[in-house]
Amino acid sequence: MAAVKYIASEKLPDWLKSLAEKSRVLVPVAEGGGVVFRPYAPGCQPVFGSDATAPPKGSVFPACQELFRYERGKDAEDPGKGTLKLLPATEAEPTVVFGAKPCGARGFLIFDRVYMGKKFPDPYYINAREATVFVTMACSTANVENTCFCHWVGSGPADGAGSDVLLTPVAGGYTAEALTDKGAALLESPVLSDGAAKAAEADSVKAAAREALGEAPDISTSPAALLAAFDDMDFWRDQSDKCVSCGACTYLCPTCYCFTITDEPTGQSGRRMRSWDACMHFQFTLEASGHNPRPTKAHRLKNRVGHKFSYYPTLHEGIIACCGCGRCIKSCPVSVDIREIVQNAVARAKG
Amino acid sequence: MSRLEELKTRIKEALPGLECVIGWQKGFDPLHNTPLFMRSEADVDKLEWGPFNVHNPAVYLPTLAGKKVGIVVKGCDSRSVVELLQENLINRDNVVIFGMPCEGVIDLSKVKARLAAAGASAGAASAVTTDGKTVSVTAGGQTVAMPLAEVRADKCGRCQFPNAVLADTYVGDPIAPAAPAAAADADLAALDAMSVPERMAFWRYHMERCIRCYACRNACPMCVCRDHCIAQSREPHWLTQEDTATEKLFFQVVHAMHLAGRCTECGECQRACPMDIPVLALKKHLNRTIHDLFSYQAGVDPQAIPPLLQFKLEEDNIKERSW
Repeated sequence: MAAVKYIASEKLPDWLKSLAEKSRVLVPVAEGGGVVFRPYAPGCQPVFGSDATAPPKGSVFPACQELFRYERGKDAEDPGKGTLKLLPATEAEPTVVFGAKPCGARGFLIFDRVYMGKKFPDPYYINAREATVFVTMACSTANVENTCFCHWVGSGPADGAGSDVLLTPVAGGYTAEALTDKGAALLESPVLSDGAAKAAEADSVKAAAREALGEAPDISTSPAALLAAFDDMDFWRDQSDKCVSCGACTYLCPTCYCFTITDEPTGQSGRRMRSWDACMHFQFTLEASGHNPRPTKAHRLKNRVGHKFSYYPTLHEGIIACCGCGRCIKSCPVSVDIREIVQNAVARAKG
Repeated sequence: MSRLEELKTRIKEALPGLECVIGWQKGFDPLHNTPLFMRSEADVDKLEWGPFNVHNPAVYLPTLAGKKVGIVVKGCDSRSVVELLQENLINRDNVVIFGMPCEGVIDLSKVKARLAAAGASAGAASAVTTDGKTVSVTAGGQTVAMPLAEVRADKCGRCQFPNAVLADTYVGDPIAPAAPAAAADADLAALDAMSVPERMAFWRYHMERCIRCYACRNACPMCVCRDHCIAQSREPHWLTQEDTATEKLFFQVVHAMHLAGRCTECGECQRACPMDIPVLALKKHLNRTIHDLFSYQAGVDPQAIPPLLQFKLEEDNIKERSW
């Protein structure tokens, strides 16, 4: 492990500026009443306090991405024949995501198992993932919110899994720890100094944040409990009554990776687009025949909770497909609480 | 007996004949209440009334069509119920309406801003007290008091319907409406003062951060196309899936047009937006036009027909024969 470095708050713009000379640097900025990741430019005022409204999911997995373009034509030799030219998508841009909370970066570990597996490697994802570096900021007690539950899902406010550099707020600035080689390269900047003297303070900031989260309930039986509730539609009706079936929870989720593909034609040419899908929407598993295996919001919410806390962990060594950031709770228009649903399923299984 | 207890008693009396009664209960923290579906007497005991009942429960009624349900409403919510009745989207025989006088609901965005200005985080709220005039929020060990009048929803400051416009059971004494607002709403006035390019820039700036989650649509009680919405229909493929401000604004304009003369300005579209985009202004702008053209206000009279749902050969305020 590399030595701990330190950067004073007033030196941060210098570091960001030097990073932005080599790659796109996405930082959380205030826009209207929200905080979103936007490319850094000198003068930009990043918001490093509370967690961003939307996670940095789009850095690697854009809300809408062009897979390829196509052009139809006529064969000059044989007018009866058509031609089709495929134009590949552009390469991913080197990117540094700077100042996300660790949960926002850790979300991609859930993606990795799906899109970087041996069976169906996804070139678009792999391309963007490899071009992206995450400099995250450990939470202090000031960042612990009522909706945070990273400690329920095997994580914590200073969890470095998924991050390349972990910053920790300390008096006057931040300590910086490199967690990967990609991260170590970023810390070579001369604006960073030795942080050994600050390491103990950083450790206590991390410990205090972890303590502020309190004890996590035991949800280790959730995979079996949710499966046991699969056919109990009264249970799912009760859990989903107030859901309005919008996609806010899924689109704001750092671990939701479902997508849909649409062709966007304009005359003889067009584009094939991949965009975020949401299991809360009716079209999610609508089949070409018109049949929908998930016809109601109760079926769809069951899928969302089941996917994260049962089906995924069953396929992936017990790993829960949720990073506990709490955005789905905080930003739900009607305060649907996924923690409550999981606990209700666990309690139901106990009888 | 308090008014809330009386309301609970009346709901319990009606419950055996109903699929459920929709109201509100405490949510995951003291700043959040959440919709409650009462199916048992124990559920009714969870019912809350007060400024944190921000949601409009009328949004659930069209999805429960065919079932006999009860609904607890604030005055503004009752207008949505009336509008749904006007449009035959729900059946009067299938809905039992419970109301109490409403003194306004809070706007969480304003509370968050107040707390942030005091160096506290709404996400850490541990206690909230309200005496009807002041809201005091304790967060991160610090208590911040704020006048309710300054953090309530804008709609409450000019509310003309604090009592349900239609109710089967009304508990408490009706209260007087707010003094009608003299000037235009601040958000509309600000937009009016902009040049057209400035207004376009305003909407582009805000729509950039839209995530196309459609919470604005799904929280709207009058947005009843639901699973057939043009935003996502594949056949025909009206809107691209592109993540551009233009496309997202296009949807908002379509949404607003579909609500012209139907929108009761409950503000759920804007409240539900996770990205805090001021989309209500689009609906208010069209409502103002509808009011100027047809002297019409949505969701007030169950017998009235919204102007864009009827045809009149001669409109009072459209003098096309003399142009």
